[in-house]
Amino acid sequence: MSPVVQLDQIHKVYDSGEVQVHAVRGVSIEIQQGDFVALMGASGSGKSTLMNLLGCLDRPTRGRYLLDGTDVSHLDRNELADIRNKKLGFVFQGFNLLARTTALENVELPMMYGKRRISREQMRERALHCLSIVGLANRADHFPSQLSGGQQQRAAIARGLVNAPQVLLADEPTGNLDSKTSVEVMGVFQKLNDEGITIVMVTHELDVARYCKRNLILRDGELVNDVRIADRLIAEVELGRLREAEAAAKLTG
Amino acid sequence: MRFFATIFVALRALRRNKLRSILTALGIIIGVGAVIAMVSIGDGAQARIEDQIASLGQNIILVYAGSVNAGGARSGYGGAGTLTIGDADAMKAEVRDVIAVSPEIRGNSQVLANGLNWATRILGESEDYLAIRQWPLAEGGMFTDQDVRGNGKVCVIGRTIENNLFPDGDPVGKTIRLRNLPFKVVGVLAAKGFSLQGVDQDDMVLIPYTSAMKRFSRQSYLPYINVQAAAADRMPAAEEEIAELLRDRHHITQGREDDFTVRDQQEIADAANATNRAMTFLLGSVAGVSLLVGGIGIMNIMLVSVTERTREIGIRMAVGAHGSDIRLQFLIEAVVLSLMGGILGILLGVGLAQFLSQIEHMPTLISTVAIGAAFVFSGAVGIGFGYYPASKAAQLDPIEALRYE
Repeated sequence: MSPVVQLDQIHKVYDSGEVQVHAVRGVSIEIQQGDFVALMGASGSGKSTLMNLLGCLDRPTRGRYLLDGTDVSHLDRNELADIRNKKLGFVFQGFNLLARTTALENVELPMMYGKRRISREQMRERALHCLSIVGLANRADHFPSQLSGGQQQRAAIARGLVNAPQVLLADEPTGNLDSKTSVEVMGVFQKLNDEGITIVMVTHELDVARYCKRNLILRDGELVNDVRIADRLIAEVELGRLREAEAAAKLTG
Repeated sequence: MRFFATIFVALRALRRNKLRSILTALGIIIGVGAVIAMVSIGDGAQARIEDQIASLGQNIILVYAGSVNAGGARSGYGGAGTLTIGDADAMKAEVRDVIAVSPEIRGNSQVLANGLNWATRILGESEDYLAIRQWPLAEGGMFTDQDVRGNGKVCVIGRTIENNLFPDGDPVGKTIRLRNLPFKVVGVLAAKGFSLQGVDQDDMVLIPYTSAMKRFSRQSYLPYINVQAAAADRMPAAEEEIAELLRDRHHITQGREDDFTVRDQQEIADAANATNRAMTFLLGSVAGVSLLVGGIGIMNIMLVSVTERTREIGIRMAVGAHGSDIRLQFLIEAVVLSLMGGILGILLGVGLAQFLSQIEHMPTLISTVAIGAAFVFSGAVGIGFGYYPASKAAQLDPIEALRYE
C-alpha cells in the first residue's frame, strides 16, 4: 500500500534579506495509513516548519511532497486551501476555536468552505457525530468560553475530523493542558487512531510522545532518529492509575 | 463559501460589536439623513415655486405691440399702436394651436362702493382671461362675450377689493363705481395671494377690454394680447404662426423689423430651472462629502476589525477558506454597515422632513428618487471603502495569521 504522506528530500529555506535560514535540510519521511507519529525536536530544530509543510500551509523550497498520492509541492494558494479542506485536519496548541461561536458551529466551519454542497441539516448531523466521537455531544451549544481547556481541545479535534481527512495534524495539542487533561486528549487521539485515522503530532514532551506508535526526532533541520515505540502508553490505563492515585491521596490525606 | 452563510457570519460579527457598528454607521446615517431632509425641503420649495409659475397661467404667449420712438424718447413695449382687435380675432380664428385669446388694457382707478373707496388696478380682458390664467371664481360668474361685444358695464373683482369695499361680504349683484360709471359686480375671484414679485394679485378689477378701451385708454389699439396655446410642446409653432400672421396683417416685408414682439414664460421657467440646478449641485456636494467622510469611517473600522480578527482569518484559511471567501466576508460586513447606515439615514431624513412640515409648516416633499439614490450610493460606499481592508484580509498568510497574538 502506498504511504499517505511521502516526503522526498524536502528543503525549506527562508530568505530574510541578507541571511538565508535553512530550516529543513533534506528530510525524507514515509507515513503509512493508520500510523500515529510524534514529531519531536528542540526549538529551532525545524519541526514547526516541517509541520507547516505537512499541513500544506507552506510550500517546500526543494523536494517533493506526495499527499495521498498527489504531488502538492507546487500548488498555488487556493489549491493548497482546497487540499487542506479535503485531506487534512488541524489541531492547534491554542485550540484556535472561534470565540462567541458555539462548539457545533466551530465544528461545522470546515464544511462551509468545502467544494461539495452540503445541506444545513447534513452539516449539523455530521458536526454532532464528530462531537459525539470526542465525547462532547452534550456541549454542542456551549461557547468556547464556557468549556474547559480539555473540552475546547476536543471540540477542535472534532473540527479536524469533520471532513474525514487523510491525516490529522496536531501541533503541540497538549501544550496548554494539565497532565491529566493531556492524558485524556491523548486518549481521544488513540481512540481515533484505533479506528484507522492517521495522526501526526508535534510535541516536545517525551511522555506525551510515548502514547504514539512512532517517534521522529529532528535536529537542525535534519531527521536524526526514527523509532517505533515498543512499550507505548495506553491512555485508559494511565487514567485509571491517576484516578487510583487521587483516591489514595484522599484516603490517606 | 456559500453567499448566505457569509452574510450570516458578517451580520453576527456586526451584532457582536453593536455600539461600534452603530457609531461607524453614524457618519453615513447623518449624511444620508441630512441629504434626504434637505432634498425634501428643496423639493417642497420647488413644488411651491412651480405652483406659482403655473398660477401665472398655462402655456401663455404674450404679444406686445412694438415700442415707438418719439423724438428720441422710446416708449416701452406696447407703446406703438400696432395691435388691433382684428389681430386678436385673427389669431384666435386662424392660428391652429391657439385656444384662447384675451387682449389686455391696463389702468389704475379709484373704485367706490358702500361709501368706501380704494385705489386699484383695472384690467380690461376678454371672457377667456380666467381660463388662460387658470383662475377659479369664488362667487358668481365671469362676464360673457356678449358683455365684451357690447362694452358691458360689468366687472369681476379680486378678493382684496371685496374685503375693502364690501366688508359685509356678498358683493355679487351690487354696483361699484369706476370713474363715476357704475359697474355691476358679476363675480368674485378666488384668492391667489402675492406673486413672486410681491404684487397682490387679488387687488384688481376685471372689466371687458372693450369697456376699458372706451372708458380708460380711449384708444383704438391694443398694447398687449394674452394668447393660450393648446399644449406646452405646441408653443414654439404657435409663436411662429402668430408672428407670421401679424407680419402678414401688418404688411411687414422680408427684412424689415417687426412692429410687435412675441414672448412666453420660458424665461421664468429657465430661471426656476437654474435655481433648481444650483440646488441639486449643492445637495449633491453635501451628499458626496458626507458619504466620503462616512466611507472613511467605515474603512477605518474595517481595518481595525481585520487586525483584531487576524487569528480568525488564519483559522478560516487553515480549514480551507480561499482568499476570495475572506474578502467576500469582510466586504459584506462593510456593505451591511453602510447599507444599514443608509437605511437608518433615510428613516432619519424622512422623520426630520415630517417634523419640519408638521412643526415648522415648511413645505416638504419626500423624494423617492433621493431615497433610491441614497440607498444605492451608501451600498456603493460600502463596496468602495470596504474593498481595501477586505483585500488586505484576503492576502494574509495563514501561518502568520495563526501565529498572531
